Amino acid sequence: MRRRVAVTINGTGYEHEVEPRTLLVYYIREQAGLTGTHIGCDTSNCGACTVELDGHTVKSCTMFAVQADGAQITTIEGLAKGSTLHPLQQAFWDEHGLQCGFCTPGMIMAAKQLLERNPNPSEREIRLGLEGNLCRCTGYHNIVKAIQAAAKVMAPGAEAKAPASVS
Amino acid sequence: MIPAAFDYVVPRTLPEAVAELVKRGQEAKVLAGGHSLIPLMKLRLSTPSFLVDIGRINNLNYIREEDGHVAIGALTTHHDIEFSDLLRQKLPLLSGAAAQIGDPQVRNRGTIGGAAAHADPFGDFPACLLALDAELKVVGPKGERSIAARDFFVDTFTSALEPDEIVREIRIATPPTGSTGTYLKFSRRSQDWAIVAVAAQVTVSGHNVANVAIGLTGMGSRPLRASGVEQALRGKGAHDDDIRAAAERAAEGTDPPQDLNGSPDYRRHLAQVLTRRALEQITAHH
Repeated sequence: MRRRVAVTINGTGYEHEVEPRTLLVYYIREQAGLTGTHIGCDTSNCGACTVELDGHTVKSCTMFAVQADGAQITTIEGLAKGSTLHPLQQAFWDEHGLQCGFCTPGMIMAAKQLLERNPNPSEREIRLGLEGNLCRCTGYHNIVKAIQAAAKVMAPGAEAKAPASVS
Repeated sequence: MIPAAFDYVVPRTLPEAVAELVKRGQEAKVLAGGHSLIPLMKLRLSTPSFLVDIGRINNLNYIREEDGHVAIGALTTHHDIEFSDLLRQKLPLLSGAAAQIGDPQVRNRGTIGGAAAHADPFGDFPACLLALDAELKVVGPKGERSIAARDFFVDTFTSALEPDEIVREIRIATPPTGSTGTYLKFSRRSQDWAIVAVAAQVTVSGHNVANVAIGLTGMGSRPLRASGVEQALRGKGAHDDDIRAAAERAAEGTDPPQDLNGSPDYRRHLAQVLTRRALEQITAHH
């Protein structure tokens, strides 16, 4: 029997009828049409499908859409403000924190929570905080550098810096 | 990977949830955080035709101290256990184990009640609950009963829960002053299950071990107590030689599995080494 699911994604309300077995990541991609959230391993390992749900990151391949009924969800599409990238997005760009880019949406959502819980993490804390997200290109090194750079920009009291110009 | 089709209900109270389980019988499964059940359903290793989602029942997510016990609601997430000030102070074994489960996203959703009910012999909480002599409060159609952890974990993925019972709360006697614990887990990759892990809780009084409990993960079809180590150390000195000799008995009476991660002998070795390290770590503070 199909169920009605109403969620708010990046501030916009969505309402659809879904089968109970519909996974949240398929709902986000196929019903809501937000394909920034990726399906990587589909086995709860890789973290490419990471989104924020009521303030906590979740792997959206490991949750039914019906469980999210009524929730506030943020996906990678919800981070930039108009044409201004979120500091994490900008830092991943500046520090070459991606190569193929497939893991990047989940990586940035995981990094966002990491910095919310620990605004000034050590390198080790960053690496531990990313244990739920796999990258097969970068060797993680530039991802860690990007998060360190973003932490400086996002630190309480830090001057709002103009985004680096990209030619 | 898409799970087999199922129907779904969201009860608002535990009695409603139990009534649904009674009505549906063996075809129904309880869904809490879903981080054991949903992966199994996606692989179609589990194909329940009905899910009872207890995730929206109020007042099952708490950690509090009352009557000399720490009480933890069944829907408390691994994240909340990891970051609980009360648990970090009174039961660091449990908060430390929580921090080693899965990864941050998994810990945001997985629950202690679900992890207990799943009874995975490679799960991290079962050995901790066994070492802490936890009581599991469960509700069913005949009301509530209390099951000791040593009776709760029966076999691989098999607990003492009846199909129409639900874990409501986990209760652990607040450890006395001088008692502390640690969970040491050995795995090849950070988010993996343990190959072997050791849950140790030790009460040191002066230079002696007043009490000691060692739970083992991955050393059989259910969590086990290393009773040989406990007998060797209880009431004895906490010197390096005592600890080393006692830890050598960590694999006594165990039946470790053979799999791609290691042989039974390798697991016996790990159990001894991790037990020694856990005991050294705890007694070094005294």
